[in-house]
Amino acid sequence: MNIDVSFLVNGVAVNKSVEPQALLGPFLREELRLTGTHIGCDTTQCGCCTVLIDGDAVKSCTMLVVQAESRSITTIEGLAEDGQIHPVQQAFHEHHGLQCGFCTPGFIMSITELVTKYDDLSESRIRELVEGNICRCTGYHNIVQATRAAAAALKASGVSLSTTGGE
Amino acid sequence: MYGFEYERPTTLKDVEDLLFADADSRILAGGMSLLPAMKLHLARPSMLIDLSGLAELKGISVGPASVTIGAMTRHADVAQSLAVRNAIPALAELASGIGDRQVRNRGTIGGSVANSDPAACYPAALLGLGASIRTNRRIIAADMFFLGLFETALEMGEFIVAIEFPCPMDGAYEKFHHPASRFALVGVFVTRPTLGGVRVAVTGAGPFAFRAAALERALDSNFTAVAAEAVKIEPSGLNSDLHGDAEYRAALIPVLAARAVRRILTANPSFAKGSNYV
Amino acid sequence: MTLAGQILGIGVPVRRTEDRRFVTGRGRYTDDIRLDGQVYAAFVRSPHAFARIGAIDASAARGVEGFLACYTGQDLIDDGVDPIPCIWQITNKDGSVMKEPPRRALAIGKARHVGDAVAMVVAETPAAAREAAELIEVDYEVLPPIVATARAYDPASSEVHEEAPRNLCFDWHVGNAAAVQQAFAAARHVVSLDLVNTRIVANPMEPRSALASFESSSGDYTLYTSSQNPHLIRMLLCNSVLHVPEHRMRVVAPDVGGGFGVKCYHYPEEVLVTWAARRCGRPVKWTADRSESFLSDAHARDHVTHAELALDENGIFLGLKVSTIANLGAYLSTWGPSIPTYLYAPMLAGQYRTPAIYAEVKGVFTNTLPVDAYRGAGRPEANYVVERLCDAAARQLQMDRVEIRRRNMIPPQAMPYETPVGMTYDSGHFEKCLDRALAAIDYPGLAERRQAARTRGRLLGLGMSCYIEACGLSPSKSSGKIGSRIGLYESAEVRFNSDASVTVFTGAHSHGQGHETAFAQIASGRLGIPFDRIEVVHGDTARIPFGLGTYGSRSAAVGGSAIAVAIDRVIDKGKKISAHLLEADASDMVFETGRFSIAGTDRAVTIAEVARAAYIPHNYPLEKIDPGLDELAFYDPKNFTFPNGTQICEVEVDPKTGAVEIVRFVAVDDFGTIINPMIVEGQVHGGLAQGIGQALLEHAVYDEETGQLITGSFMDYAMPRASNLPNFEVSYHEDAPCMHNPLGVKGCGESGTIGGATAVMNAVLDALDDIGVRHLDMPASSPRVWRAIRDTTRSTNSEDMGVS
Repeated sequence: MNIDVSFLVNGVAVNKSVEPQALLGPFLREELRLTGTHIGCDTTQCGCCTVLIDGDAVKSCTMLVVQAESRSITTIEGLAEDGQIHPVQQAFHEHHGLQCGFCTPGFIMSITELVTKYDDLSESRIRELVEGNICRCTGYHNIVQATRAAAAALKASGVSLSTTGGE
Repeated sequence: MYGFEYERPTTLKDVEDLLFADADSRILAGGMSLLPAMKLHLARPSMLIDLSGLAELKGISVGPASVTIGAMTRHADVAQSLAVRNAIPALAELASGIGDRQVRNRGTIGGSVANSDPAACYPAALLGLGASIRTNRRIIAADMFFLGLFETALEMGEFIVAIEFPCPMDGAYEKFHHPASRFALVGVFVTRPTLGGVRVAVTGAGPFAFRAAALERALDSNFTAVAAEAVKIEPSGLNSDLHGDAEYRAALIPVLAARAVRRILTANPSFAKGSNYV
Repeated sequence: MTLAGQILGIGVPVRRTEDRRFVTGRGRYTDDIRLDGQVYAAFVRSPHAFARIGAIDASAARGVEGFLACYTGQDLIDDGVDPIPCIWQITNKDGSVMKEPPRRALAIGKARHVGDAVAMVVAETPAAAREAAELIEVDYEVLPPIVATARAYDPASSEVHEEAPRNLCFDWHVGNAAAVQQAFAAARHVVSLDLVNTRIVANPMEPRSALASFESSSGDYTLYTSSQNPHLIRMLLCNSVLHVPEHRMRVVAPDVGGGFGVKCYHYPEEVLVTWAARRCGRPVKWTADRSESFLSDAHARDHVTHAELALDENGIFLGLKVSTIANLGAYLSTWGPSIPTYLYAPMLAGQYRTPAIYAEVKGVFTNTLPVDAYRGAGRPEANYVVERLCDAAARQLQMDRVEIRRRNMIPPQAMPYETPVGMTYDSGHFEKCLDRALAAIDYPGLAERRQAARTRGRLLGLGMSCYIEACGLSPSKSSGKIGSRIGLYESAEVRFNSDASVTVFTGAHSHGQGHETAFAQIASGRLGIPFDRIEVVHGDTARIPFGLGTYGSRSAAVGGSAIAVAIDRVIDKGKKISAHLLEADASDMVFETGRFSIAGTDRAVTIAEVARAAYIPHNYPLEKIDPGLDELAFYDPKNFTFPNGTQICEVEVDPKTGAVEIVRFVAVDDFGTIINPMIVEGQVHGGLAQGIGQALLEHAVYDEETGQLITGSFMDYAMPRASNLPNFEVSYHEDAPCMHNPLGVKGCGESGTIGGATAVMNAVLDALDDIGVRHLDMPASSPRVWRAIRDTTRSTNSEDMGVS
């Protein structure tokens, strides 16, 4: 029996009737045709499917659509605002933090949460905090540099941290 | 994933009724244990009862000598909670190391404990701190809770509502990561409780979390890293797989216990109380 | 995102053009593509490692809503579909050719590995296809499998293919056995090693995907596939498997999420969705999930080797003999037999002057996934043998491991240098790279760092790999002589549009390497035109004349060279056009930075003016040359290229847990000319990460009794995370361009894996040397290191490090 769900995706209201077992990642890709969110594994490890749910990084492959009821989802397609590329996206470009691009949306969403909620991120702490995202191409070196650059850019632009001092 | 019925009740009574009505129904907390199992067809419940609508199951409250955490409280919330960081820093530190950041944004303490994955971290905290598990029916002491591989004392129709942790004098958790899954290959939680002797709880090494009596005895008489490391743990009954046989896990337990002791004694856990921990 | 109007040529770290779509989630990977009316395929895969296939019963599956069809191997045979070919034939020692059992897209008669597809279901939705596939009943008669590489050749082992007795595919050799025998007879020292190069899985983050459609009114097929070489797929699919004329088949490799070699091969799923698209009359799509990838992607490496090095009293290498058993898996994959033969043994000279080398390799079948190339493809295996022997020899002769290498290194003045195993190195300053790497890691400070680590309870070790690789695959004729069934040139078309913007069509394929940027740099620099006026097109057989794709570090060396040649032809033609425009002689024209001028004068026209004239030929020598400015070049490399360098790794081992931490990793590489240093550095990082992954974490393990793949998901197959890896310190030696291609490029994509794992293993062994651990195989995972320490400590009664 289908369940009616309604939530926001990139600021746009979505109202759908879904099977209970529908998973959010495939739903975003197939029903909403937001194919920027990728599926890279089936054991909730790789993080290619990471989206933001009310600002929290979440692996959309392991969330039911019905669990998104009344939430606000941001996917990679919704990160740039008014055509202005997000500092994390810019940092990845500037620091060559991507090669094949497949893990990139997941990483960018994950790191957007990271730099928004944490400050004074050391390189080793960044490496620990991105354990939920796997990249096979870059060796992570440039991803770490991009993260530091993004954090610095956000700080410089005066964006305040979003929650109570982060995890 | 196979199909199922889905309910999102708003009262505890509704949860109980749904559980009773269908023996193959399962509770859905954060989904970080259940959904991966269902995706791999290892679990096939006929109905999922989503507890996310029950506000009373969320939240952290601090009492005079204990901290109570609602079953639906996310790992990220425990990790970030100033209350927990101040009262039981080792518990916040443990929560901050579960899975990865994305998993911590969804996974819940109730879900993790009820599932009792042999490699989950929380069971070590519950045993290590001597927690009490409050269900919809009764209160179960942690020592009576973990019974077997994915087996707990929860009965049919019973679910976790909250977990109460007595505040210890001090404690620390040392986790040796499984290189692939990032679960605990072995995790050791050492506590000096406010009341009673040293508690040493081990996860990852066996089919379920257990207390290491030999380590507790050794540390009771001599709370030093050297004393911990001198203890020999028997490999029999411990897990053996590609990433660590029983002998290896048995060897890791005293090493990790010693590290926990060292951190307690230097009063400088890698996880500082109340700081913007990053 | 780049500065408009600028010429950005060779050597500039230009930020990538392709990033724009990737960072905004607008990449177009195969699974993202949806065709009207598409249906979905799911495969019934053998749960057994070895079994006779009996009846296949689809009756329960038919009841699934959305079920459309179920096909078996017999359906394909009945329809004239042939097995998937292997493109390299190995000739045995005795002159006979290798055994080549057929590899059918759906297994017939026997299933030969867990995951071997025996049936295909097509249904309206992916869920319906999977559900139906699960309901297909196959009557299997289980047979005892053979999975262990070392035992595949035993007479007692099961035979995977009747036509390959004792599972022997080939028994091959290279080098001079007699010379080696003499060398060993004269030797003062012999160092002997038994090495395993572990079986690993490439695991690009994008699982493989294929989507095919068939237009019945025209008979045209379109296949989208996550492949590294669409033209090769078309060639094999059309000519060998489906017997469809090539002009009726368009193969598109759109954005591909990583390849590393594993997406080079022509896979059963590509055949099956294409064939099914015609049979069903609807587009058919398949995308693997990760567990399925583990059971359907080709695996990698998997060698068992016995190697011996003969030395004189001064540590000079006299002779090397190597005997390897290479696991080919259950079937020959596209390149399979070439990897442990021609891409392996001819690199056993390494950077050294060893005068006599002999290598023999037995390729064996087992009930495991087919094994084929993975980043480095044979060259990491060779490097592992040579560089582990160097360290072992240093230990045995009590020499410094750097000194023993120096004494044997081929000096730059000996170039070009022909090795005893058939390679001719063109250039290289091996010792310079070594010295720079040693300085970077502070080799003299090692003893002090070791001592400091000891006080912290850690064992510090340093390991190196002086590597050289044969890349820029490869000269077609000589490849043909040694068994290649295809050519290995590359094509490029450089097309000026009438507005002087340029489209470069390349037969190479970019799946992370940044060709859209780097190849545009080649054109920008060589033509002197703005970078942002150049577009690079790849991956579509309908748009690109022909190509052999990207692997073997060949794209810049071969593909880039083709672009350079095509550009030079454009410039040639441009000289004729400009000569006409300026009323001069073509031989008087010089071209520089986008302008054709009459030598010695300042009379000139721009290339834009020339292009415009070519497309609006009013003032134009039509009687002599055609309109248009569009040149095609096919470039066949004259030789392999030989990137080389030194990688040094420093590790700290915790003896109480066996955990290995990489403290520093230094690489000094000679890649010849570097087109985009930012991209090149990224390639080195990625390769090193994979090398480290194999050394410390990754291992594809089969249960020897059941033949089940124990490491079948990321829960058990340990992929390197950011927290496993250090920052990489990479620098280049840039004084030794490749001597035989127009750009001087040697290639860089594989260097990290070629030396990386070796450097780590040598470092771990160095760390454990004082304790007395003498041997360790990969992976140097925590439990394995712990056990090695414990076993050695027990036998020597050492209580030094407090290991219990």
